Amino acid sequence: MTTSELNSPGYEIPSEVEGAVAITTIDRIYNFGRRSSIWPMMFGLACCAIEMICAQASRYDLARFGMEVMRPSPRQSDLMLVAGTVTKKMIPAIVRLYNQMAEPKYVVAMGACASGGGPFKEGYNVVAGVDKFIPVDVYVPGCPPTPQALIYGLNELQRKIDKQSLKEVRWYRKGPDIVEVPIPMLGPDLIDPRRIPQLKLELAKMEQAAAQQTTQAPETKA
Amino acid sequence: MATPVQTTLDLSEKFPGFVAADTRPGYSGWIVAPEKLIEFAIFLHDGLSYDFLSNLAGVDYLPEGKMEVVYHVYKTTGGPALIFKVQVPRADPIEVPSLTSVYPGAELQEREAYDLYGIRFTGHPDLRRILMWEGFEGYPLRKDWKEAFYEDDLKPFKSRWPEGKIKMAEEKNPHGDNIRFPAGFDPEKWVPTDPEELLYASLKNYYSEDKDGVKTDHVVVNMGPQHPSTHGVFRAVVVLDGETVLSLKPVMGYLHRNHEKIGERNTFLQNMPYTDRLDYFNSMTNNWGYALAVEKLMAIQVPERAEYIRVIMAELSRIQNHMILIGMLLNDLGAYFTPALYAFEERELILDIFEAVSGSRMMCNYYRFGGVVRDLPEGTLDKIKSLVLERLPKKVEEFDRLLSENEILVARLKGVGYLSGVDAIAYSMAGPVLRATGIPYDVRRADPYGIYDRFDFDVAVRTNGDLYDRYLIRIDEMRQSLKILSQAVKQIPEGPVLTGKPQYQVRVPAGEAYGRVEGPKGELGFYVVSTGKPNPWRYHVRAPSFINLTALEKMCVGGKIADFVAILGAIDIVLGELDR
Amino acid sequence: MYGKGLLKGLGVTFKRYWNTYWEDITWVLSNKGKRYYTPEGVAHRSSKDARGIFTVQYPEEKLPVPEEFRYIPFLVYEEGPNGEKNIRCTSCGICSKVCPPQCIWIVRTNDPATGRPVPAPAEFYIDADICMNCGFCAEYCPFDAIKMDHNYEIASLKRNVLDKEQLMKPLSYYAGIRPANYAREEAARAEKAAAKAAKQEA
Repeated sequence: MTTSELNSPGYEIPSEVEGAVAITTIDRIYNFGRRSSIWPMMFGLACCAIEMICAQASRYDLARFGMEVMRPSPRQSDLMLVAGTVTKKMIPAIVRLYNQMAEPKYVVAMGACASGGGPFKEGYNVVAGVDKFIPVDVYVPGCPPTPQALIYGLNELQRKIDKQSLKEVRWYRKGPDIVEVPIPMLGPDLIDPRRIPQLKLELAKMEQAAAQQTTQAPETKA
Repeated sequence: MATPVQTTLDLSEKFPGFVAADTRPGYSGWIVAPEKLIEFAIFLHDGLSYDFLSNLAGVDYLPEGKMEVVYHVYKTTGGPALIFKVQVPRADPIEVPSLTSVYPGAELQEREAYDLYGIRFTGHPDLRRILMWEGFEGYPLRKDWKEAFYEDDLKPFKSRWPEGKIKMAEEKNPHGDNIRFPAGFDPEKWVPTDPEELLYASLKNYYSEDKDGVKTDHVVVNMGPQHPSTHGVFRAVVVLDGETVLSLKPVMGYLHRNHEKIGERNTFLQNMPYTDRLDYFNSMTNNWGYALAVEKLMAIQVPERAEYIRVIMAELSRIQNHMILIGMLLNDLGAYFTPALYAFEERELILDIFEAVSGSRMMCNYYRFGGVVRDLPEGTLDKIKSLVLERLPKKVEEFDRLLSENEILVARLKGVGYLSGVDAIAYSMAGPVLRATGIPYDVRRADPYGIYDRFDFDVAVRTNGDLYDRYLIRIDEMRQSLKILSQAVKQIPEGPVLTGKPQYQVRVPAGEAYGRVEGPKGELGFYVVSTGKPNPWRYHVRAPSFINLTALEKMCVGGKIADFVAILGAIDIVLGELDR
Repeated sequence: MYGKGLLKGLGVTFKRYWNTYWEDITWVLSNKGKRYYTPEGVAHRSSKDARGIFTVQYPEEKLPVPEEFRYIPFLVYEEGPNGEKNIRCTSCGICSKVCPPQCIWIVRTNDPATGRPVPAPAEFYIDADICMNCGFCAEYCPFDAIKMDHNYEIASLKRNVLDKEQLMKPLSYYAGIRPANYAREEAARAEKAAAKAAKQEA
């Protein structure tokens, strides 16, 4: 750690104490407390949920890692373990739950379906990976990942938390307390509010292309 | 070869001009004109005592311009199916009379046919979309409806080899995502209408009542999809008067993964791992049902050893399913996790066997057309024997001792959620729920498949029809499964396990077949239509969890909201097969 | 009697509680060594005699996976005398045809000199975020070139699309994870080679 890093922790420091604040061990204690008591949210959607329950049950015990209880309520949990296929009908509920979680919050995409659509990617009701809507921290591939693979993934998350620093975490910076993801709407198909202007452009382009084709076809016929 | 049909009575003579035999090659059954459909159904139900409607599926015959609805009915006294179909021209609006007046169990299946094909059933009490949301554009399972990530009609896709430049599916769609919109759609001007108006309109009306001078309101509560006790993403909308349930509507489709549309695109062999993910607790049973349907079409025999292995795997699957079910039911009742942990222990040992045999704990992908994919490895049969003959009987008894006489359990389960036998058959319930009402209908006895006719076992039956019996019958069934297993592990012969060479391009002759097995949750059926190509034309799954929910409202109305949770837990639903 | 069922159930729970201590004590008294963090202990806790504590403490104690276990596929290469990697795959394309979710992309190129296809893949991609671990690619490969891996510790911080380099693993690794299958396939190969040699001589 260089002197300049030590002296710029991201806070406003009065000039009298400038040069006198460093936050190395506090980071480690803070992170140790956070990584040892992550409470997952009971969010099993499909088959991966069973392996998640198995990871919590008698043979592979998640409570050894501090993941003592699985809280069904998002207000009381730290980790959203998206286990299973994310469908368009379900995604508004998922985004709403993600918004209701309190900081610091993490998301682990468990299984092939939550990571990238999985074997059902080509379906008309399937969202190709939950990271299209909410930010994901760790991806655990597999269909379904065995409980040992899931525990490895959760340990990976714990290692990621270890590397975080008080200087850089979002919830202690200036700015809005919570950044909410806008909830998608179910119309003729799934509509993501963040992409509405872009969608409009794409639809206009598609209509133009279709109109061009119909004007070209009679020309070629004639 | 198609499912055998009752040929003793020529129904075309009974209804001349309106009923004709289905003479397409590989097909069987009767084609009924729509105007006589209800009269025909009443004759079957009352006159010939075909009281159990097993399957109702829509089929799209685009090249012939017809939309067909196919029905499979059975007698609860046992025997083969009677298949009948209705064919209507494929021009909107497509209308078929609804059979809910004769077979109330057709209600949810007709809603599904409406949702996915656009067939309007006249006379249906509540025709709304069930798996997709109201406002969704189009009828997805029609052959001319292409989804957003559509690449090719049939697999294998040509873009993967030899010109295998990797291109994510997102790049092919102009929106970069799995969405498509109708022409002329403007996302900025579109006003989100409430897609649930029809749902709330179908409930009993919300009104406030004056009881002894106190104004009380009825409350509408949404349970789910994220709820600690619904077994997966299932939602129920209940209207409550205090704590008493007045009206209840299930909402499904939160895990609709388009299994049937993908199934029509896959080859026959590629569908096998997808069937694992239907009822994800019992992948062995799902595989067997699908293999049965296709083997009927291909008319191939399965070797002896493979039949025994199939029975062993299916019965082990049944035991671990019932263990989990009891554990999760107790979880719902409030005994947080202790019985579930004990159940999970035994399940882990059974899953170790599945892992050793097939390679994966849950998604086994073990059965093939003509047998199973590989023989049991060294030492596995001894492990199975030691489990079945020594450990599991003791553990089932221990479970019984732990729970069955527990006063709290008895108080919560006895007399709750009553359903009579007659109602159960009318609502097409199948499986342990039906047998708990006193009707001894088990597909392994009524219409034996595989080698079940060689084993000496009893069909578990209880007579009270309430939740306590549904709990006890699962323990009975575990004991019967252990009985079958102990016979099977002693009688298993040596020999090959797969007929013919392993082939990945299976050519299946044209025709239709309905293969059904007695799954732990009920009767699991696969309806497969083939046109002689390597891909099926229609692939439909008769899911027991889906159809067992038809009677949910009847069982819950009048009880308390806490009982609803217990009733749902004891029906044993799994969302993978409910929503497909 | 009121309360009898509850007492019976509590008896079962108490017996299990007692066993968690008693099993540890009897294990130590019969001089079997440490009960935890040893392979014998793990094996006992996953056998039919498992009583008391059932937990397998991953990551310190890893439950060994059986031979048939399948996770993500990998490509087999044979190590040549100078350390070069001779990949067995001939880019015949059967694995990509038989894959149910179609997650395998293979580029087969033609030799510019002869115009015939080169029996090796130019590019080979597997999208592990689509792969359903079914094992069909390994089951139907006629050249024993693609096999299912046992490694399940592949969680990562980003999406997993694997290319040819990441997928290649040596034949010795395959022999280590699947000894019975390896022995059977080598025997079949040796038979074929002997039959071919006999035909050539004749």
